[in-house]
Amino acid sequence: MRRRGLLSTAWVLLRKDLLLEWRTRARLNALLVFALSTLLLFSFAVGPDTRLLERNAGGYLWLALLFASVLSLGESFRVEAENECLDGLRLAPADPRALFLAKAAGNTLLLVGLGTVLFPIMVALYSAKLAMGMGDFLLVLTLGCMSLSAPGTVYSAIANHARARDVLLPLLLFPLVVPALLAATKATSLVLQGDPMNQLGSWLGLLAGFNLMYWGLGFLLFPRVVED
Amino acid sequence: MNSVPALVLDDVSRRYGRRWALARLSYSLPAGRSLLLTGHNGSGKTTLLRVTATALSPTAGRVSVMGMDAVRERESVRRNVALLSHASFLYEDLSAEQNLLLLAELLGLDAAKDRTHTLLERVGLTRRSDNPVRHFSAGMRKRLAIARLLMKAPKLALLDEPFGELDPAAIDAMERVIHELKTSGTTVILATHLVEQGKSLCEERLHLHDGRRVDA
Repeated sequence: MRRRGLLSTAWVLLRKDLLLEWRTRARLNALLVFALSTLLLFSFAVGPDTRLLERNAGGYLWLALLFASVLSLGESFRVEAENECLDGLRLAPADPRALFLAKAAGNTLLLVGLGTVLFPIMVALYSAKLAMGMGDFLLVLTLGCMSLSAPGTVYSAIANHARARDVLLPLLLFPLVVPALLAATKATSLVLQGDPMNQLGSWLGLLAGFNLMYWGLGFLLFPRVVED
Repeated sequence: MNSVPALVLDDVSRRYGRRWALARLSYSLPAGRSLLLTGHNGSGKTTLLRVTATALSPTAGRVSVMGMDAVRERESVRRNVALLSHASFLYEDLSAEQNLLLLAELLGLDAAKDRTHTLLERVGLTRRSDNPVRHFSAGMRKRLAIARLLMKAPKLALLDEPFGELDPAAIDAMERVIHELKTSGTTVILATHLVEQGKSLCEERLHLHDGRRVDA
């Protein structure tokens, strides 16, 4: 028996989470349909004003991703609550910090995948155009999804112990991610509509700083959240 | 014979809200001996096993497992202890083989696949190894949970109602597993309501009532 390192343990746990997602594809489909419905509802609510839809396309995309993240984050810990699997991992023993990295990375991957699928639908629904490169969009998408996943993973683990966990998670998460949501929305709008004033770097810097802070805090605090 | 006790409880208490599940419990179990834990429902048996396994921390007092402090040296304790709990610790949507492989990989075991197949054969689940646990009966889940426990090759095995949900043949197999664990030098703590069956397997006995030690 050889002791596994932190990243190696995180990789084993991430593979397990991805395998679980693949084996229960109904959950992935539900997430996609939910996010798609949200995009559609925004276009119905705003009406046929194509200029308004185009101008706010980035915001609608991020709101759809935020609402979908609540579902995916909650689900990622519901799986661990079933048969007390989280205890099984703790007692294996798996380092709780590795568990945080795996869960946060898994949720990021899921949201980036969802955002990538939603992008062409957003373009079609809101008549949006990509002024900058697809690489810029993917960078904003990845940083934005990371900033939802890190605090979301910590709060999801906290809410998992509560009776009203479905209500508690958005109550805890939404106020916290406002700066990240604002930065991701602004950066996406710049990628879609062009960036004549070179503002994109500032918003990306804000997202990177947010990520650095919350991935660091999550890494340090997660053991206290999952241990008795 | 190892002179370090397998388990030392020193004035251990554990509280859930305002209720004390364990109250100032002291006990020492020599390594290699097996302990029968008895008591009515809610007497503190499961809490004691979970505190020993480090799934729960004691509210007060000190727990030492194989000479290691169960709070300060939690990870080392966990490497040496395995718990067969009421909950199976199994992922419903993974197959029996994938559940065992996950544990083998976390433990960093060499030849994880071979060990997994050997254990599945030992608990009689080879033919169902690819099936998701969701399709297993309660008895099959219990057998897979036993394979999970054996995967750790623990020095201290904590068995919480191991005979529950098993058919007579599986109960015999469970008894054989406990005998094999004892023969290999593993210290066993067995919590069960089947007192006569437990007595035939264990040399020591600890009876709990409302979280306190009482004479059986």
